[in-house]
Amino acid sequence: MNGGQDLGGAHGFGPVVPEPDEPVFHGAWERRVFAMAMAMGFTGAWNLDGSRAVRESLPPAEYLSSSYYKIWLEALEKQILAQGLATAGEIAAGHSTAPAKPVARTLSAEILRPRFRAGFPSERPPGAPARFAVGDAVVAKVMNPETHTRLPRYVRGRPGRVEALHGAFVFPDTNAYGRGENPTWLYTVAFAAADLWGPDADPGGRVTIAAFEPYLDPA
Amino acid sequence: MTHDHSHGDDPHGHAHDHAHDHDHPHGSELSAVEARVRALESLLVEKGYVQPAALDALVEMYETEIGPHLGARVVARAWTDPAFRARLLAEATPAIAELGIGGRGGEHMVVVENTPETHNMVVCTLCSCYPWPVLGLPPVWYKAPPYRARAVSDPRGVLREFGVSIPETTRITVWDSTAETRFMVLPMRPAGTEGLPEEALAALVTRDAMIGTGLPLSPGAEIRS
Repeated sequence: MNGGQDLGGAHGFGPVVPEPDEPVFHGAWERRVFAMAMAMGFTGAWNLDGSRAVRESLPPAEYLSSSYYKIWLEALEKQILAQGLATAGEIAAGHSTAPAKPVARTLSAEILRPRFRAGFPSERPPGAPARFAVGDAVVAKVMNPETHTRLPRYVRGRPGRVEALHGAFVFPDTNAYGRGENPTWLYTVAFAAADLWGPDADPGGRVTIAAFEPYLDPA
Repeated sequence: MTHDHSHGDDPHGHAHDHAHDHDHPHGSELSAVEARVRALESLLVEKGYVQPAALDALVEMYETEIGPHLGARVVARAWTDPAFRARLLAEATPAIAELGIGGRGGEHMVVVENTPETHNMVVCTLCSCYPWPVLGLPPVWYKAPPYRARAVSDPRGVLREFGVSIPETTRITVWDSTAETRFMVLPMRPAGTEGLPEEALAALVTRDAMIGTGLPLSPGAEIRS
């Protein structure tokens, strides 16, 4: 979706301001939001693509004026509500007044490290041969879905070249809504900066994205 | 706990949101967001969806165990072991796993090598994708609009803001992390490090050098930024 999250190429946000000796979290509540989002994601009530879809659905003015973990908190509450894991009243009260909805699993301190060390791979066996090969000239599709997609606006309609073929991966555009993993070929596609930004581009520069096959047309 | 709020001109409400840390010695007044987070945690624990010990362990793991010191080990190994370097550039995930490093947020690693001809820089314009197992959780600037907006369109200008200037003749490739592939930069080994052991080399590798917004330190300047 063309939400507040799709920031590539935007102007007016000012300089990048790194914080010296930045702590991992700024304050205790950020720690808890991070950990709750991880632990709730682990229950299987939703998936990572769904979380991204909910976060980027915040109204752009709110998205852009909220801190990172504030966005996570807003999305976490929305997902809990949407999945029927709690009611708005329970969330407001911080107290359960109805039985819990069963979840597939819960994260314990004992399994955390081995489970996170193993990771949660997104690669899947492909369902069809890859359409493109390394070196192929492609064009990023012009598309305008109101739903979740990982094709940033700044490359749409621009010519690029396939640089790598990574395998078939869970397709975020459907997985975000529980409409299946639909394993889809994933490529590295490189764009000349001049094809993205014209004469204002960094001379000789390139930008690559990880592009799912449906995001690409042959050139 | 006190934090430097010198970035209070941050236009994204960040300073405001953590201005009343409830670890604060005078933390008698909870901000609205803190109260909300506490309420949510109470509810999720009461429902049995989350275990407080698991939340504590998650925080401990990402605050004290997983961070850029792990990526620095990977870089130092690549600088000293050409066969490892070749494996790392060919297929990064199993190569990194040789050092016992990997997992959530780094299941599909790609390592890109800086050379005199090409400087690499990593961004996630759409959210905050970052190689957790080698770098830990991303800093605020990596997740905030200024970097996400301009890294792809004005990488040289962004590098200047980090105090980094690379030769005009060096071309820049920006890697936008738009899927579950995660990128780490293998910086060039600094001059004057011949014969240094791996551990001493790792101390020169900053987080920003592995994002591509910094360069490794020179020997004798091992102060992490």
